[in-house]
Amino acid sequence: MSVEVLAQIVVFAPVIGAILAGLFGAKMPVKLSMAITTGLLFVSFFAAAAIFLGYHQHTIHLPEAPIQFFKWLDVAGFTSTWSIRIDAISVVMMFVVTSVSSLVHLYSWGYMAEDPHKPRFFAYLSLFTFAMLALVTAADFMQLFFGWEGVGLASYLLIGFWHQKRSANDAQIKAFIVNRIGDFGFVLGIMSVYMVFGTIEFKPVFAAIPSHVNDMMQWGIYSLPTMEVIGVLLFIGAMGKSAQFFLHTWLPDAMEGPTPVSALIHAATMVTAGVVLVCICSPIYEVTTFASGMITLVGAVTAIFAASVGLAQNDIKRVIAYSTCSQLGYMFFAAGIGAYQAAMFHLFTHAFFKALLFLGAGSVIHGLHHQQDMRQMGAVAKPMPLTYAMMMIGTLSITGVGIPQTQFGLSGFFSKDAIIETTFAASVNGAPFATFAFWISILAALLTSFYSWRLAFMTFHGSYKGEAHGHHGDHHEAHAAKPHTAPAHESPLSMLIPLGLLAFGAVFAGFFFADAFVGHHNAEFWGSAIFNAPTNHVLDERHHIATWVLYMPLIVTVTGLLAAIFIYLMNEGMGKKIAKAGGFIHAFLFNKWYFDEIYEVVFVKSARAIGDFLWKIGDGKIIDGMGPNGISHDINVISKKSVKMQTGYVYHYAFIMLVAVLGFGALIIFRKGL
Amino acid sequence: MANLPILSSIIWLPVIGAVAILAFAGFNKNNPERAAGFAKIQALIVTVLTLLLSIKMVLDFDVSNPAMQFQENIPWYGMVHYALGVDGISYLFVLLTAFLMPLCIIASWKSIDKRVVEYFAAFLLLESLMIGVFCATDLVLFYVYFEAGLIPMYLIIGIWGGKNRVYAAYKFFLYTLLGSLFMLVAVAYMAVTAKTTFIPDLHKFAFDPAIQNLLWLAFFASFAVKMPMWPVHTWLPDAHVEAPTAGSVILAGVLLKMGGYGFLRISVPMLPFASNYFAPLVFVLSIIAIIYTSLVAFRQTDIKKLIAYSSVAHMGFVTMGIFALNATGVQGAVFQMLSHGIISSALFLCVGVIYDRMHSREIAFYGGLVNRMPFYAAVFMLFTLGNVGLPGTSGFIGEVLTMQGAFLVDRITAIFAASGVILSAVYMLTLYRKVMFGPISNPKLADISDMSLREIAIFMPLVIGALILGFMPSLVLDGTNSAALNLVNQFHAAFR
Repeated sequence: MSVEVLAQIVVFAPVIGAILAGLFGAKMPVKLSMAITTGLLFVSFFAAAAIFLGYHQHTIHLPEAPIQFFKWLDVAGFTSTWSIRIDAISVVMMFVVTSVSSLVHLYSWGYMAEDPHKPRFFAYLSLFTFAMLALVTAADFMQLFFGWEGVGLASYLLIGFWHQKRSANDAQIKAFIVNRIGDFGFVLGIMSVYMVFGTIEFKPVFAAIPSHVNDMMQWGIYSLPTMEVIGVLLFIGAMGKSAQFFLHTWLPDAMEGPTPVSALIHAATMVTAGVVLVCICSPIYEVTTFASGMITLVGAVTAIFAASVGLAQNDIKRVIAYSTCSQLGYMFFAAGIGAYQAAMFHLFTHAFFKALLFLGAGSVIHGLHHQQDMRQMGAVAKPMPLTYAMMMIGTLSITGVGIPQTQFGLSGFFSKDAIIETTFAASVNGAPFATFAFWISILAALLTSFYSWRLAFMTFHGSYKGEAHGHHGDHHEAHAAKPHTAPAHESPLSMLIPLGLLAFGAVFAGFFFADAFVGHHNAEFWGSAIFNAPTNHVLDERHHIATWVLYMPLIVTVTGLLAAIFIYLMNEGMGKKIAKAGGFIHAFLFNKWYFDEIYEVVFVKSARAIGDFLWKIGDGKIIDGMGPNGISHDINVISKKSVKMQTGYVYHYAFIMLVAVLGFGALIIFRKGL
Repeated sequence: MANLPILSSIIWLPVIGAVAILAFAGFNKNNPERAAGFAKIQALIVTVLTLLLSIKMVLDFDVSNPAMQFQENIPWYGMVHYALGVDGISYLFVLLTAFLMPLCIIASWKSIDKRVVEYFAAFLLLESLMIGVFCATDLVLFYVYFEAGLIPMYLIIGIWGGKNRVYAAYKFFLYTLLGSLFMLVAVAYMAVTAKTTFIPDLHKFAFDPAIQNLLWLAFFASFAVKMPMWPVHTWLPDAHVEAPTAGSVILAGVLLKMGGYGFLRISVPMLPFASNYFAPLVFVLSIIAIIYTSLVAFRQTDIKKLIAYSSVAHMGFVTMGIFALNATGVQGAVFQMLSHGIISSALFLCVGVIYDRMHSREIAFYGGLVNRMPFYAAVFMLFTLGNVGLPGTSGFIGEVLTMQGAFLVDRITAIFAASGVILSAVYMLTLYRKVMFGPISNPKLADISDMSLREIAIFMPLVIGALILGFMPSLVLDGTNSAALNLVNQFHAAFR
């Protein structure tokens, strides 16, 4: 089969599943709708894998032009065509999205076994997958935005999947609206692109960049450098979708959704869309300094902010959510300093180990009957040995364990070290904020190691601290009957198989693909998908940096591990004491730097107050009071004094119409002398 | 059939239907139930036939020709002619009106129980007058249709409306009267000065730039009320709240579009200098409409009021697009009007579904409906997303094109307009959560039933319309393209 046919199978198989399960799910056996969506997703995955592996092995050549279907929009050069763009970025993303998605579909057979709305759940998952594929294969900004909003919709629907829960309803609205704030920038960015380039298709836009590098753009009274403006606006969109600092608040709340959703959407794929956008737009960011510097700064701040908050969270999913936020920060500052390839590589490996961690956490939650508080866990390793092993692999991978200057390491080692090294190389070159980002990356790696092992130890080791299952009635009794090992059960095969396959990716994806993604052959692999300015050599320069830099990540990772062992393994209960002693610092981290509280006052409450003011005072007192109601009062007074006509307003109206028409007729007759 | 004047057929068929209904009722005074039954069936048949005629007209329409088509011209009185014709800007509004009418008839099937005959007759008359507005190519004829169309609407609110219908009808009347008086003076002046009332001729007539501003303001007074633009919008929420469901549908779906249509047909082409001069004012008012009414919508406790305020905000995009005075903005404005005609109509029908069951429009009355009404929840979700402007629905195309149009002219305006995209998500999703999600809190809702087949039949065409226009907006944009370009080119030619 040709690449074109395979790519169409990749994109359209999921949407067929979504439509069938969504429209007819109620009329067919539940298992059938699950089988259709899952089966079609695997079809999609095999097609994507064929393209990806074929391309990696040089047995497949990618077509130059995108596959075009029909015009979506065509107004005065504002043209968008439904199409499938096939280049290295989309090939990688198709593989990532369909692999994680198909495994999450399979996993959901076990995880959602008792849910009464399975067809709807699977339809949403498949719909999400389609929208994500439409996003990564777009050939213009409009289709990209379609996918962008489509994944936002699927995320909204899935966060609120359990719609009886008020917290889930609030979280889904928050996710949608915070994303919309990002979209606000994104849309303005697209409009700027159209204004400057007269088109919104990637190819002609990127080709024309050299002739617009020094353009200025008028915004009100300000004249601003065009490319910087476009870069910043598009990045604001990316910040929303990828939960970067200031626009990150929705992601932890999104954990209200079912765990498979968290793994697929809020870890492996959707939240990486911002990174994909920045990488696709590499021709733009290669000619900017302010915009790319902003990406570096925001990415670095997010990386350290989220890691610091992750230290103090007790909900197992929230720890992983903040970890995701932090890892996305890594990807962004890598892109900011010009190492888009390293950003894409970390996106690639992160998808596997983060999906693994989330699904592993889901397995624990499932095994412990929906317990998510790590303080109520402990000693889960014994009843759930396979889950434990998988989680260990995930933790080793995210902490980037590996031996520098060799090929021995897990996936996270290859990609994270590539980012740290390129960032150091960029800092030597004096790229804006690169030195800051480099030290952040080291510090965040320390914190990553600590909170990841903290999670592993609190969950799987020590003694069980939760209640015995089934004794929800009386707390004292439950505490008295506290068992030594957790009353958990190992998850079914439908959940363990995806864990195993993701673990394979978490171990080997880095080793297999490092050379193509960020090695000496990277230019050949990425082709025209990623553009590097002739002066940008960070990816090569990382091979010539000081040796101490290469060992820094390993040193901090081991330090974090040892600290976690000391606090959570050797001295159980010490964590609690530290938290207490931490006082304000702990409260600050535990409360996520008080972002939600500040936003509540600044945005939510003020919007309510302004809305009330405009409604009751603006519309009510001022406009109506001085307008119609005031006049009505006057008319009432006059009409009472004048002839008592029938009160029917129709009469008034018809009368005035008549007078008007007569008057008009008279005017014409008078003027024309008829 | 070949010689049948199609526009006249579309306009007069509903009138004939209305007369037939009233006559039949007159002969059956002793049997009001028989008369009512006949009125319903008759109204449905007539509106469907009108729709079929409109579809034929649309299919025969030549999209590459920017001029008036299917022209008819009969001298009426003096220089005034009964002149009809449609171009790329107007012909789809005829279709929209004819498309919504049968849905309104079906939606009123059970919810109207007093003066049934008069109700359906009024709707047929309303249809005729509204289509007349979009077909008239004579300024005086346009004025007559424009004003006469208010009478049946005024009756529909005043007779079949809710508790405060008199106040609402009065407010509606007062505002529109104010506007139409100014407009009348302007129409008279233009007719006398140009010595013609034929609209295509008036487009070519160069009015003295010194007087254009006054004329423009006179028309503006009328069109701005109709849109409605801030600050003359407060009649709309009251009118919607009191109007019966089908009345709201027509009000939001068609009547509001007359203002935007008036700008495109009269203000911009006839008064280019004034349009250019006042464009910044319109931008400011549009932005205020978008942001101000969105914030007000956020705080509403009545579902219909919320959607009414949201209409004002969405019309803000229309006025902004028109006065961007470029092809993108004008096409976007026309598209946004058509799209809003589908989406807001559907939203008001959605309110009607639960109002018919519970007789409450209070948001707080509801909650957890998704548990009992999954199908309704899905439909309401789709139109909520359409109103939010999600890509894939028609709502997105109109918003993005009007914003792009304004962006090319003034970036700051576009920034403020884009913030409306955030606010619409805030109030619509909050509304949806309160009405649909959570457990069923009100015991009265325990037995509420999902949509009936009749109701599904009403929504299906709207669902299809919103999605098809979302994925294939070219169906509309190809039709409006040449006329919009022509309008914009002529506008700019005035400055050369």
